[in-house]
Amino acid sequence: MNVFEIAQLNLWYGSFQALKNVGLAAADGEITALIGPSGCGKSTLLKVLNRMNDLEPECRITGSVLLRGEDIYGGMNVNELRKRVGMVFQKPNPFPMSVYDNIAFGPRTHGVKSRLELDETVEMSLRQAAIWDEVKDRLRKSALGLSGGQQQRLCIARALAVAPEVLLLDEPTSALDPISTGKIEELLLELKNNYSIIIVTHNMQQATRISDKTAFFLLGEMVEYGDTEKIFTLPRDKRTEDYVTGRFG
Amino acid sequence: MNMKKNLPARRRKNSAAAATEICLAALTWAAALLSAGVLLYLIGFILSRGLPYLKPSLFSLRYNSTNVSLLPALISTVYMTLLSLALALPLGIGAAIYLAEYARRGHRGVLLIRLAAETLAGIPSIVYGLFGMLFFVTWLGWGYSLLAGACTLAVMILPLLLRASEEALLAVPDAYREGALALGAGKLRTVWRIVLPAAVPGVLAGVILAVGRVVGETAALIYTAGTVARIPVDVFSSARTLSVHMYALSREGLHTNEAYATAVVLLAAVTGLNALAASVAGRLRRES
Amino acid sequence: MRAVFFGTALVSVLAVLLICLFLFGNGLPALFKIGPGRFLLGQEWSPADVPPLFGILPMIAGSVYVTATALVLGTPVGLLTAVFLARVCPPRLYRLLKPGVDLLAGIPSVVYGFFGMAAIVPHFRSSILSAGILLGIMILPTMTAIAESALRSVPPQYYEGALALGAGHYRAVFRVILPAARSGVLAAVVLGLGRAVGETMAVIMVAGNQARMPGSIFEGVRTMTANIVLEMGYAAELHREALIATGVVLFVFILLINLCFSALNRRKN
Repeated sequence: MNVFEIAQLNLWYGSFQALKNVGLAAADGEITALIGPSGCGKSTLLKVLNRMNDLEPECRITGSVLLRGEDIYGGMNVNELRKRVGMVFQKPNPFPMSVYDNIAFGPRTHGVKSRLELDETVEMSLRQAAIWDEVKDRLRKSALGLSGGQQQRLCIARALAVAPEVLLLDEPTSALDPISTGKIEELLLELKNNYSIIIVTHNMQQATRISDKTAFFLLGEMVEYGDTEKIFTLPRDKRTEDYVTGRFG
Repeated sequence: MNMKKNLPARRRKNSAAAATEICLAALTWAAALLSAGVLLYLIGFILSRGLPYLKPSLFSLRYNSTNVSLLPALISTVYMTLLSLALALPLGIGAAIYLAEYARRGHRGVLLIRLAAETLAGIPSIVYGLFGMLFFVTWLGWGYSLLAGACTLAVMILPLLLRASEEALLAVPDAYREGALALGAGKLRTVWRIVLPAAVPGVLAGVILAVGRVVGETAALIYTAGTVARIPVDVFSSARTLSVHMYALSREGLHTNEAYATAVVLLAAVTGLNALAASVAGRLRRES
Repeated sequence: MRAVFFGTALVSVLAVLLICLFLFGNGLPALFKIGPGRFLLGQEWSPADVPPLFGILPMIAGSVYVTATALVLGTPVGLLTAVFLARVCPPRLYRLLKPGVDLLAGIPSVVYGFFGMAAIVPHFRSSILSAGILLGIMILPTMTAIAESALRSVPPQYYEGALALGAGHYRAVFRVILPAARSGVLAAVVLGLGRAVGETMAVIMVAGNQARMPGSIFEGVRTMTANIVLEMGYAAELHREALIATGVVLFVFILLINLCFSALNRRKN
């Protein structure tokens, strides 16, 4: 079944059109990678999916984005949407509070008050994000003291704590060293059993290593979308081929 | 790793979150409305009580108890402002130049100077008044005078000018300094001809703030400049500024209407200064 | 030239030293003549008695009560207004409201005092409450300005992170941005506290100025600042020195508050 079905999506920032007639379906239990050179619209598309682009002034959208058949721009509560569609940012952005409070922020926001339930959620999320062993002794200490890689896994754990259906990741490893990157990639492969994942990445090796489907964007247009293997070995479009073989971008 | 366990928690209490949201919004808006309301009420109150009494007789050259003229106080205020600025501005700019251009960061002397400026900035005006009375009026023997008042105020506005000037100097891009130095200009010439002119708007913003403080000051002046309601003839005459004038009227309790009229003049002065500061700051922002 | 600039910079240090020297030099002898205990803890201030009594506990209590009332009333409104300006206010309204708040900060104390006399005192008489309300208004713009800039300097990632977890705008602001700015916000409150303790003219005009221990917030009270201004005009000898000593006590209070403020500012950086 498809989590997201996007059809005829156009998006403008003022008079600049950042996305042109994009259509794409992301399936359950898969990792979908969005690739393309800077400014191609891949991050913009990601923000459309949990409506973080609402924050941009003068942003205008046409077309439809369905989350399990529901139109996310048609009267769906935006906070509810963001709860169902978690997001991890390019730069790790833990809040300046303790590790525990970071993870508990989401559940508390959505009305969980019981101490027991929170403790459980915190531990489970941190375990899922494969960071429990590293932070279990310092849950009460500030999250800002963690290393960059740990911070990013903390942010993933934070996103998992609200039990989302989909996880959006915007170049989650671009600010990290190779070892941390490896850990996060492993983690994503683990997580895809329970969540659908859509990831924006600059790193084509990363896309081939972890994703099932890949979409290639160029100048706001989705040039090609299909099985990752195909995109990287037998692209249909000349522009995709140029990009994946490193001829531009 | 069974995620379904979390599911029951998911669906509930959405309405509770929405209610919190509405409560917080209401609280924030209420506070802002209250602030705005207080401001409007205050200004409306002063204007409605004072404007009708803003008569030409209030601006006679001589003060007496029938015309209750505020003109001498207005003129004293101008003198007081100019004199205290003349004393404090060179010191403030000089100190800012030292801190921004010459001093080594983290040097112990610099820390001491900063600590001193911070301390000065936090001292309330009545303490300045006491100090001015003890030092300038009594110890130096200047008596209640324009000079003693201006010196007291100069110390009071010094940290403000210092800080504004320093920030303005630090905001000047290093490329200017490098450019001038690369042309063979010396350090002093670079600072004087290139850096300082570029920092003028920021310094000016500090000056306007300082003027505002001088115009509004009362407690530091009563026992340093005294309360004589005549136009001062020299720096050793006592002089009452508009704010002191207003306080004196309120103490006498007889000329309430004239006091309100004075308040209108003060309010107009402060509004004008604020507008000026805003336009200078606006220009600063456009340039950078 | 370096020496000249250094000299101008030293003026601040010199000024602080002179202020300390003259204040302590003229105030401390009286304090010891009267006896620190009887001066600081004495509940009677009657300089005209024979022998005169110089106990400033009523004035210390007065300053504390008035300041506390002002903080209780002014802080919530001031901080919420800062939140409004920094994170809620539509830009158009901001262009009106921000200069308004700045104007509030620039209005002279005497004008506030007059306003308080005519608009607040008729409702609550000359009392701690009146002075607290007026001071609450006076410290509001200071607190708002500092807290607003603290809130604005919080990195936008925090806000985005909170929204991405499904938090609403206000929840993100109050639960993430406000805590992230807490040392700046606290500094704003401390600065307001300093202003309230040191305020003189406005308080004189609305507090009633009775030099006795206050019983309730509806009673009149005299602050340390008021004590100095009211009696300095005619005081002589020990009485005058006792007033200066009152200034010393006030000065020490302010220095302590300033110390807190600097410490908070340092932590912020």
